[in-house]
Amino acid sequence: MLRKLLVTSVLSLAALGVAAPAIAQDGPLRIEITDGVIEPMPFAIAAFHDEGGAGELLGQVQRLIAADLTGTGLFREIPASAHISRPAGFDAPVAYEDWKAVNAQALVTGAVRVEGGKVIVKFRLFDVFAGQPLGDGMQFDASTGNWRRAAHKAADQVYSRLTGESPYFDSRVAFVAESGPKDARRKRIGVMDYDGANIRWLTDDSSLVLAPRFSPDGNRLLYTSFASGFPRIMMMDVNSMQTRTLSEQQGTMSFSPRFSPDGRWIVYSLEQSGNTDIYQMDAQTGAQRALTNSPSIETSPSYSPDGSQIVFESDRSGTPQLYVMSAGGGEARRISFGEGRYGTPVWSPRGDMIAFTRQVGGRFHIGVMRTDGSEEKMLTESFLDEGPTWAPNGRVIMFMRTTPGDDGQSRLHSVDITGRNMRPVDFNGAASDPDWGPLLP
Amino acid sequence: MGMAMKQMMKLAALGVVVALGACSKPQGAMVNDPYASGQGAYDGVGVGTLPGSAEYFRTAVGDTVNFQLDQSTLSSEARGILARQAQWMNANPNFSAVIEGHADEQGTREYNLALGARRASSVQEYLISQGVGAGRLRTVSYGKERPLAVCSTEECFTRNRRGVTVVAPGVGS
Repeated sequence: MLRKLLVTSVLSLAALGVAAPAIAQDGPLRIEITDGVIEPMPFAIAAFHDEGGAGELLGQVQRLIAADLTGTGLFREIPASAHISRPAGFDAPVAYEDWKAVNAQALVTGAVRVEGGKVIVKFRLFDVFAGQPLGDGMQFDASTGNWRRAAHKAADQVYSRLTGESPYFDSRVAFVAESGPKDARRKRIGVMDYDGANIRWLTDDSSLVLAPRFSPDGNRLLYTSFASGFPRIMMMDVNSMQTRTLSEQQGTMSFSPRFSPDGRWIVYSLEQSGNTDIYQMDAQTGAQRALTNSPSIETSPSYSPDGSQIVFESDRSGTPQLYVMSAGGGEARRISFGEGRYGTPVWSPRGDMIAFTRQVGGRFHIGVMRTDGSEEKMLTESFLDEGPTWAPNGRVIMFMRTTPGDDGQSRLHSVDITGRNMRPVDFNGAASDPDWGPLLP
Repeated sequence: MGMAMKQMMKLAALGVVVALGACSKPQGAMVNDPYASGQGAYDGVGVGTLPGSAEYFRTAVGDTVNFQLDQSTLSSEARGILARQAQWMNANPNFSAVIEGHADEQGTREYNLALGARRASSVQEYLISQGVGAGRLRTVSYGKERPLAVCSTEECFTRNRRGVTVVAPGVGS
């Protein structure tokens, strides 16, 4: 029953070393996210072993792995009070019968060790009813301050092996925190872990800032700032927090920026004399060119993951609808045909779907459709849902929900692509404009 | 002189009394009257704003026009207000203006920024058609970021769909 642990080599620069590339094995145990899971898979986490100096981190790591998994809505944790036995050590055999008896289909075992300012998290995953391990045991290490990342990495492995999907827990979200009254809102940009932890502020709230957007590698951030008195696109190096203005053409406004998947280009909206079109800018040289040229409003562009196409919003038909054009501009084809208005389209990182905001009958929805506009499905409904952003694996969407009235507030929520698992993001305050960054290395 | 008379009549109609004695003050400054806050005003003496002040423009001329849902076309009422704005700007050439375009909260942030820009531009074009120099007018859109009214009913939405001409001393670009 003993399996050899793959040993991590710690990169001196990276805060976290990963033992092995993610290998999603085809095991007998599998839960399909696209089925619209109604009955979550029961799993257990056997109490982790302290292999030296773990202290409080032992429980914290274990609880975070459980929270990541149950937060997907795909898994249900069997409480420790129901457990019959526990392996004597991390490498000791698993008593499958004891876990079958409590109907745990999957079992996670683990150990935590702290040494030299680092936390080392080990885990194994077992298919209880098949009576065998599901993939190799792995270990992750991080500085103790980054213990959450090590736990997210372990949970990501469990999620991947059980769903066949790419991981997403070890990722960050850029967002706008909001304070103050509705008619004098103050906004500042922050970055947090996907679960709301580890908030880091990137701007203050002295001027209005909107819609941060990560570069594909997560190292740069585009956003729109009113610091000059007029909307301008800014680019910030997330690590050094150095900022520069990208488009300073007098008498124009620029907003709604996004990077191309290779990070070379920025696509955005430029307004001149009241008319808004989509432009493309070379992120290095700043050279710009128009991709649309129409008297209607063209905004909210988003690249396909292969960089060949752009989906955007236009009211050329009379109401805002979604269109797809070549990344070089030119003819666009309309892909939204339902009642109401469509906006903020975002191409899934998997390439298979487009998420959008739809306003119909005085209500707002976050929806998804195939990239040709077929199989449209609404995932949410409220007074005001807006601004979807995809998890790195294209299976979960984060968005903002705003409540009506004098004391109306925006909050971040997430929902999976079946629409079943909607939940608020654990950020203690009003927030808007989420942008989900890449899976961290 | 005829213009000043007209402005006074308008003020009277609005219930605002011009502080006549303030004419010697520099044009464009607000009347900075120690009694203006109301607590110490002499009985029977009203306090008002100078016709050549930004405050006068805001309160007496009218700095705001409203728009229909999703529209940036000007109603006849809006054109009337803008004609008065143009008249005032033509009479006060040492002022320039930033025209703010706003949208209600129905609509996405980015679309509303573009829609607000359209509205600001409509106002700008109309003022230019009334003889205001283009170099004195700039536009900015706040989209749905700066509502005037905070309720979430059509009454507030109507007030928030607006173009606001904000004048300030200066000759513009």
